[in-house]
Amino acid sequence: MLVTNLSILVLSGFVGYAVISKVPNTLHTPLMSGTNAIHGIVVLGGLLLLVEGLSDGALNKVLLVIAVAFGTINVVGGFLVTDRMLFMFKEKPKDMVEAEPEEAK
Amino acid sequence: MIPLASALTDTDTRSVLYIISFGLFIYGLSGLTGPKTAVRGNRIAAVGMAIAVIATLLVDDVQNIGLILLGVAIGTAVGVPAAQRVKMTQMPQMVALFNGVGGGAVALIAWVEFRDSDGFSIATPTYVAIFSVGAAIIGSVSFWGSNIAFGKLQELIDGGSKVIGSAQIQTVINVILAAVAVGCGVAIVAGANSEIFILVLLISSALLGTFLVLPIGGADMPVVISLLNAFTGLSAAATGVALNNTSLIVAGMIVGASGTLLTQQMAVAMNRTITSVIVGGFGGTVEAAAGAAGAGGGTVRSTSAADVAIQMAYARLVVVVPGYGMAVSQAQHTVREMAKMLEAKGVEVKYAIHPVAGRMPGHMNVLLAEADVPYEQLKEMDDINGEFPRVDVSLVIGANDVTNPDARNKADSPIYGMPILNVDESQSVIVLKRSMSSGYAGIDNPLFVNPKTSMLFGDAKGSVADITEELKAL
Repeated sequence: MLVTNLSILVLSGFVGYAVISKVPNTLHTPLMSGTNAIHGIVVLGGLLLLVEGLSDGALNKVLLVIAVAFGTINVVGGFLVTDRMLFMFKEKPKDMVEAEPEEAK
Repeated sequence: MIPLASALTDTDTRSVLYIISFGLFIYGLSGLTGPKTAVRGNRIAAVGMAIAVIATLLVDDVQNIGLILLGVAIGTAVGVPAAQRVKMTQMPQMVALFNGVGGGAVALIAWVEFRDSDGFSIATPTYVAIFSVGAAIIGSVSFWGSNIAFGKLQELIDGGSKVIGSAQIQTVINVILAAVAVGCGVAIVAGANSEIFILVLLISSALLGTFLVLPIGGADMPVVISLLNAFTGLSAAATGVALNNTSLIVAGMIVGASGTLLTQQMAVAMNRTITSVIVGGFGGTVEAAAGAAGAGGGTVRSTSAADVAIQMAYARLVVVVPGYGMAVSQAQHTVREMAKMLEAKGVEVKYAIHPVAGRMPGHMNVLLAEADVPYEQLKEMDDINGEFPRVDVSLVIGANDVTNPDARNKADSPIYGMPILNVDESQSVIVLKRSMSSGYAGIDNPLFVNPKTSMLFGDAKGSVADITEELKAL
């Protein structure tokens, strides 16, 4: 299991490197914010331990709820903020052309 | 107590869903290579995340569903309004904060794992302990480092360089803290199961994260945020190995690798190594350099908004060079309005973006995009630098160090060798600046006393608005 996981680890490193090296400087802020949202996937760790009932004791559960809350902030906030940012990079004219007739009515 | 590693073994369904989810992450991220596909790419990655969460909750005997919903509800209640309200100028601190909570979650999960398995001693393979301990250290460093970065950017903490004693003493303290954290980790892996070890590990890592970021000044912030982002990614991947969760491993490692690459690119753009940023190179050399260089020779020529307007109205090509000053005074919309006026008069306008302008990589691009500046007008440093000799007017708005010719010419300057925007090669330069104070690097900028340069003092937004008014009147 360890060997399989390490293989996945190394390969993912190369995938990350390959995908990101093509992103232009101008999109680096959304890129950071997007990858930032993705590492919010740690929320899965908290969810796993809770949903399978692997943790006993009040303190453990409190810590896990905080971990899930933290992870959720990371994921939800990260994706939303990236979406807002990227929307600004979209070419606006099309949207405006579509929006204007509706406003006219 | 059931052994963690075997109890968390994936079912086939879950594994397939995880594969779909990280496939979507990779596909989504590759969409970020262009502005047209980027929005969709981000949403695809978000769908991948939703699938991963659902897959995790697909178990026969669902436990603690109330607690899970509580955690998700709290996270949503905090995250959504924060993401919706944050101003584009505050984006660096928002990313720092989101990054920090991710690291915090990693550290907490590692702590709980320690408690659950009696210090990884109950039927836990050694590698699980190693990866959990690693995740705990990096997660805790990332959490506290990001919080400090947030505090500095939000100006809750003084943005300047802060060290205990001197830079050398601080480095010694940091090395000791790192040694304590790693030492506790080794003890835990070797079988120590007293909770004091994990607590000391978490606390010393927390102090280390704090002390690493405290001395780092504003100009180095982009590098630090990017580095902390990579840290959290790596710690998530380590958690994934410990919990035997492929989705965590893939997603965490992709972020770790991309964050490291991005950090490296930032450091190269400043002609510094990542190590020198962390050890606080600028912070340490500021005073000496500023003192030695003194006020410098030459006279500063100040100009008026009316003169600037005339000068630009009769130009063929104007290049706007934005810096952190534009972000601080929220001048991006005013700048766009001015550019529109110029374009209406037949002047070509471009924007020259230095890779480390602002407080995070690409910060200026986000602000200008917010103000509807067409993507094609935003030029990266390498593309625009060859053009400067035929630029009639370079308008520098709140940027300083990234235009400092000393980086090219003066071998003893702290920023010597840093690639800069060669605005001094253009026909004339106008610098909008609040006062004659030096930039974050704390060094003189000979550009300001160049005979080609005239200075317009005042708040960037006010100055640009004045220029726009004058342009309308022409």
